[in-house]
Amino acid sequence: MALIFQSEEMCLVQLFFQSESGYCCISELGELGLVQFKDLNPGTTAFQRKFIKEVRRCEEMERILWFLEKEITKAGIPMADASVLGEAPCARELLELESVIEKVDKDLKEINSSHEALKRNLTELLEMKYLLQMIQDFFEETPIDLPDRLTFSSHSLTPSSLSSLCRFVAGVIKQERFPAFERVLWRVCRGNFFLRHSEIQARFEDPVATILKKEVFIIFLQGEQFKGKIGKICEGFGLTASHSKALNHCFICDHVILVFFSPKVLNQTNEHRHNVLTSAAVNIQNWKTKVKKMKAIYHTLNLCSIDITQKLVIAEIWCPVSDLSEIHSALIKGSEKSGSSLHPVLHRIESQQTPPTFNRTTSFTSSFQTIIDSYGVGDYQEINPAPFTIITFPFLFAVMFGDCGHGLIMTLFATWMILQEGHFKRLKNEVCALSDTLFSGRYILLLMGLFSVYTGLIYNDCFSKSLSIFASAWNVRAMFQPTGPWTNHTVHSSVTLQLDPVSPGVFSGSPYPFGIDPIWNLSSNKLTFLNSYKMKMSVIFGVVHMLFGIMLSLGNYMEPRNILLQFVPEVTFMLALFGYLVFLIIFKWCAVPSSASRRAPSILLHFINMMMFSYPESSDSFLYGSQVGCIVQIFLVVTALLMVPWMLLVKPLIILKEQKKEQRSTKELVSWQKKRNSESIQHLEGDTVFLQVNMGDVFVHQAIHTIEYCLGCVSNTASYLRLWALSLAHAELSEVLWKMVPHVALSARAYLGSLMLTVIFAIFAILTVTILLIMEGLSAFLHALRLHCKFAGVPVTLFAEFSPEMSQ
Amino acid sequence: MVTLLCCGPKMAACGIVLSIWGVIMLVLLGIFFNVHSAVLFEDVPFTENDFQDKNPPQEIYRLYEKVSYNCFIAAAIYALLGGFSFCQVRLNKRKEYMVR
Repeated sequence: MALIFQSEEMCLVQLFFQSESGYCCISELGELGLVQFKDLNPGTTAFQRKFIKEVRRCEEMERILWFLEKEITKAGIPMADASVLGEAPCARELLELESVIEKVDKDLKEINSSHEALKRNLTELLEMKYLLQMIQDFFEETPIDLPDRLTFSSHSLTPSSLSSLCRFVAGVIKQERFPAFERVLWRVCRGNFFLRHSEIQARFEDPVATILKKEVFIIFLQGEQFKGKIGKICEGFGLTASHSKALNHCFICDHVILVFFSPKVLNQTNEHRHNVLTSAAVNIQNWKTKVKKMKAIYHTLNLCSIDITQKLVIAEIWCPVSDLSEIHSALIKGSEKSGSSLHPVLHRIESQQTPPTFNRTTSFTSSFQTIIDSYGVGDYQEINPAPFTIITFPFLFAVMFGDCGHGLIMTLFATWMILQEGHFKRLKNEVCALSDTLFSGRYILLLMGLFSVYTGLIYNDCFSKSLSIFASAWNVRAMFQPTGPWTNHTVHSSVTLQLDPVSPGVFSGSPYPFGIDPIWNLSSNKLTFLNSYKMKMSVIFGVVHMLFGIMLSLGNYMEPRNILLQFVPEVTFMLALFGYLVFLIIFKWCAVPSSASRRAPSILLHFINMMMFSYPESSDSFLYGSQVGCIVQIFLVVTALLMVPWMLLVKPLIILKEQKKEQRSTKELVSWQKKRNSESIQHLEGDTVFLQVNMGDVFVHQAIHTIEYCLGCVSNTASYLRLWALSLAHAELSEVLWKMVPHVALSARAYLGSLMLTVIFAIFAILTVTILLIMEGLSAFLHALRLHCKFAGVPVTLFAEFSPEMSQ
Repeated sequence: MVTLLCCGPKMAACGIVLSIWGVIMLVLLGIFFNVHSAVLFEDVPFTENDFQDKNPPQEIYRLYEKVSYNCFIAAAIYALLGGFSFCQVRLNKRKEYMVR
């Protein structure tokens, strides 16, 4: 169990295995997910690495798979999930997978291109059809005064006979470009042409799938030159215009036939494409996982070094000491799978480098570890605050959230999520990131809910109403005559009445056994009492939590003299000032009876006077005897003030003294060496210069640390008052919600009060969940997180285990 | 025949949760009003006249009981709503089962 208090002990291990079994061994290690590979070829670029070709092939396959996935989602076909998370494929499968994927890719490309071509053809043919129709219409509606020898039937058009009289050019153009086209024609032909145009009713689709509107135009002109000019203009606009000679009678029939058949071919192409995509969709997720794993394995193989004989692969890994046997067995399994006779060799080596930090977590502790890691990963083998966070974090949350009704709902929700774990894990890829976060924090939520029920019982707050589990300790009847001062007249004439605990019988003498007395829920000065209580409680929790943090950090001190130089003054400073404050609070709670309440000294004023060394003459201002109190307080303040220079100066001065001693000894060495050899002098002088620069650093570092600590003490203690502030906010919100919502329904005197209650209860439930649970819960979570940030360490490398699911 | 399925699966699940919560909370509230709990005093719809009573707490107790009956009736309505949501959930499951 001591393991979770510190990060794991890591070791550097060298692995030797044969080249043939390299692939399988690494895939086994990857499945295990316990090792981190060190890069043995740091100097080489990506192109010089041995397995770069395989990595390129994997990347090519990934690209094809990505393209496939896009096509599948565009076609709206559902993809099957990655089925059994099987083992990584062996090297032979690389070729097989590659060929299958490339075949699918080629098929798809062919289908796509033929689809494009067919569509283009269809568009052209349709344009032609409309063109011909329009020309026909045009010649019908304007009867041309022709010589008799020309026959002109209404059903067929003979453009070839007309062409001897006049020429025309006809074509199709996009609607938005038409005005520009007309203007250019006008300028070029100087108005010597006749243009007719009409819009095509049907809409055309662009290859990019935007809808276009097109128009048909027909231009009548005279002269050959004009034909040439107009031809060039049409080219410039990118149109295919047909001259009158080209429009033939037979053309029309051919066109009609082709236009009729083209959609059918298009449909069949579409169907074939759909089939190919569907068959690919079944396997695509599996392929993706396999390719990803293969790429990871080859990437890792690139990190290893191959020796000269090309037969041996050497790898260096960081791994936890306790997992060495598992790794060894995984390697043996890998080498057996690849069919090689020699087993890989494990050789543990010593290293001067700091190993990466690894904290072993279960699914329960992992969420807490993530929270701590988000502030900064601890140093190697530093005390890990995560196991303590399991309790302190939910507790601080609960102090701010304390309501047993809301806590109960939270607990039930978290329990449901934990029971439905399997169901949620299967849905992992489909749900949004928010519910994923919520699900991974289910254990935190459970603990927060349980602790909230506990603090809710202490605050005696359940949906803003108190529970009278035991009898209240206050008795109103005793306020009346003859034991108390009230009469009937008093009751009728006053707006508020105050219960006086000094009167006999009003307060039973033994307080409510667990939590706050329920009678406070009915009183109008509830907040006066609760505010004072919660503020003092927050300060007490703050000082205790900070002291606990300092005690934990004791375990991180490597040298015993640092304990004296740093730990002792820190603790003394804290205890002298804030420990005394906590003592004052508790003493005042215990020692001042209600009969003396009018004269009770304010702790705040007391504390301020203490710091300013001002002691007024009246003896009332002391909680305990004034003489003793004066001496004790002066002593404490002076001690605390002395701690500051201790923290600031002692350690740097000691280091300075040590440097000076070393300098003197090296100077002696230098003068001795001068007699012998004059070459090594420059080397030693360089060292001493270097050491002097460091001294400034040491002083500055120590000063920063001292200031940070002292100011931090004060500001952190004050920041714990947020525990009070948020619990007050939560209680008030709860009360307002009750007054505004269910109160309306419960106090309805109408007969349909129950129906109103039904509707209003639903509103109350929804508002409770959204405002009080979600909003307040998130807010309290955030503030509890902020209070834990003092456990942050210097960011160091986190153990990045080799596990293909997480890589790239 | 008009289809009985009118809510989707999520809405039916919300309905069940709300109904269970409603039944439990309203029954408890009803019980607490019935035993004339002092903490719930402010929610009882009394007026100035109720204090001019011949027989001191009986009028207030009667009001307490009236509110508690309201709560029980509302709890019953939620029980019906819960049953309806449960039927919707079952119908949804059957529909899902048939499509597959």
